[in-house]
Amino acid sequence: MRRRSSWLRMAAIAGYAFLYLPLVIVVVYSFNDSRLNAEWVGFTLDWYRKLAHNEEMQTAAANSLLIGLVASVVSTVLGTMAGVAMRRYRLKLLPILVLTPIAIPEILMGVSLLIFFVLLNFTLGLLSVALAHIAFCIGFVAIVVRSRLAGMDESLTEAARDCGATPLQTFRFVTLPLIMPGVIAGALMAFTLSIDDFVITFFTAGAGTVTLPLQIYSMIKIAVTPEVNAVSTLLMLLTLVLIVVASKLSPSLLRSREES
Amino acid sequence: MLYLLLFFAAPALIMVLASFRSPGEFGGLAPLVDENGRFDLNVESYMRFFTEAVYAQIFVKSFVVATATTLLCLLLAYPLAMLIATSQKKHRDLLLLLVILPFWSNFLIRVYAWMIVLGPQALLARTLNAVLGWFGAGPVPLLFSSFAVLVCLVYVHLPFMVLPLYANLEKHDQSLLDAAQDLGANAWQRFWRVTFPLSLPGVYAGAALVFIPALGIFAIPDILGGPDDSLIGNVIKQQFLETRDWPFGSVLSIVLTVVALGIAGLAAWIGSRGTRREAADA
Repeated sequence: MRRRSSWLRMAAIAGYAFLYLPLVIVVVYSFNDSRLNAEWVGFTLDWYRKLAHNEEMQTAAANSLLIGLVASVVSTVLGTMAGVAMRRYRLKLLPILVLTPIAIPEILMGVSLLIFFVLLNFTLGLLSVALAHIAFCIGFVAIVVRSRLAGMDESLTEAARDCGATPLQTFRFVTLPLIMPGVIAGALMAFTLSIDDFVITFFTAGAGTVTLPLQIYSMIKIAVTPEVNAVSTLLMLLTLVLIVVASKLSPSLLRSREES
Repeated sequence: MLYLLLFFAAPALIMVLASFRSPGEFGGLAPLVDENGRFDLNVESYMRFFTEAVYAQIFVKSFVVATATTLLCLLLAYPLAMLIATSQKKHRDLLLLLVILPFWSNFLIRVYAWMIVLGPQALLARTLNAVLGWFGAGPVPLLFSSFAVLVCLVYVHLPFMVLPLYANLEKHDQSLLDAAQDLGANAWQRFWRVTFPLSLPGVYAGAALVFIPALGIFAIPDILGGPDDSLIGNVIKQQFLETRDWPFGSVLSIVLTVVALGIAGLAAWIGSRGTRREAADA
């Protein structure tokens, strides 16, 4: 038994190393004083300084943030409603509609949206990307909200109705506060997904609109430069902060609900 | 409420419709290329798919690559999931989080990381080629190869395999293993005769979660692969953005959708059969 578990531990450590080493290398080389991502030469912040003067990158970052904000707000509202509806009404079609975009390879959604926008003569740009992002974020928000609802006591809404609350009031004052942690977690998830999305953005952005992942893509297609490491490091930091906030926020909200 | 529900459902529905609309454009040249013959529906693009062997070959290749990815993920994910499931309760959440965390960093960053790791001047390639040099073999490029594509595919999809496996392994009853041990089973037998068969629902769920996205991937072969490493995703991208043969691109997309949904359905069916059997046993 002991022999086996140490064997297992070795394999698992190798697994974690496999997961983390490449990312650690990206971060470490972002401070490396060499154009080649091959050998450690010396510490520098040059790549970050260069980044600060890279206007293309700044436009891309601004676009990503804008799309992320719009997509997360809209998809949170719609996804929450979808989650509630999936729970309340036994609809056959809705779960399929919500879950299919998650189940099929991303590229399929990308190309179908491309056809859709072009056939409608819809100009490809920031708006088409935002609409596409909303479409794929809704499903994720809906899943988070639905799982939150599944843990909710049904009798609370019934009590509210008995006390004379309208359905809207019941939702606003009973259901919504209870599912709020799920909603917030869903919103943060949607924001992260939107900021990170490459494939669907690639097909729906058209020429001339650039987001951070698209900018990174065009940079690494041309050459590997530590500037990419620098953006990557900053982007990873942002995602990490968001995830930590989301995970801190929702259990603490959860606890405060339970106390009151 | 219901009104808003429809308001949400509409864009999603239009999206689904759009994906079905595309076959309506066959033969009628793609909207951007030409306007004539819009209602001239035919199956030429489908014929082309079934007669030109190249495309079937690429489908088969994508299948092989996705299968290899799934198997390698399983091999790597199993020890990880098992370690997490058998570790102390207070460590589990952290260990699990550590598996999911890389998944939240940008997809392209993770691909880019492998460009660096496998790069020709990086330590790995130099060491490998030095060793190969001793044996008199020529230098091997690691980057822009099928090897690079496969490694990165495994890397990107690993968490999808660990999570369902862990969810399954965590529920296992330790007393079954104790019983097996009492009956004289050694560690290897306990694993193959008890743990592994019980974990099959998790294996199937993970396999579906890895296989389906791996089947449609285009960015990884695009960035890390050589010219011969194109998969079906690359061909679809090429049909839409470069060749601009939308009807044919749509045919490829639809075949891919059908295959993906078929596999998802199969996995769900196997899963439900598994749980039903569990319920019957209980």
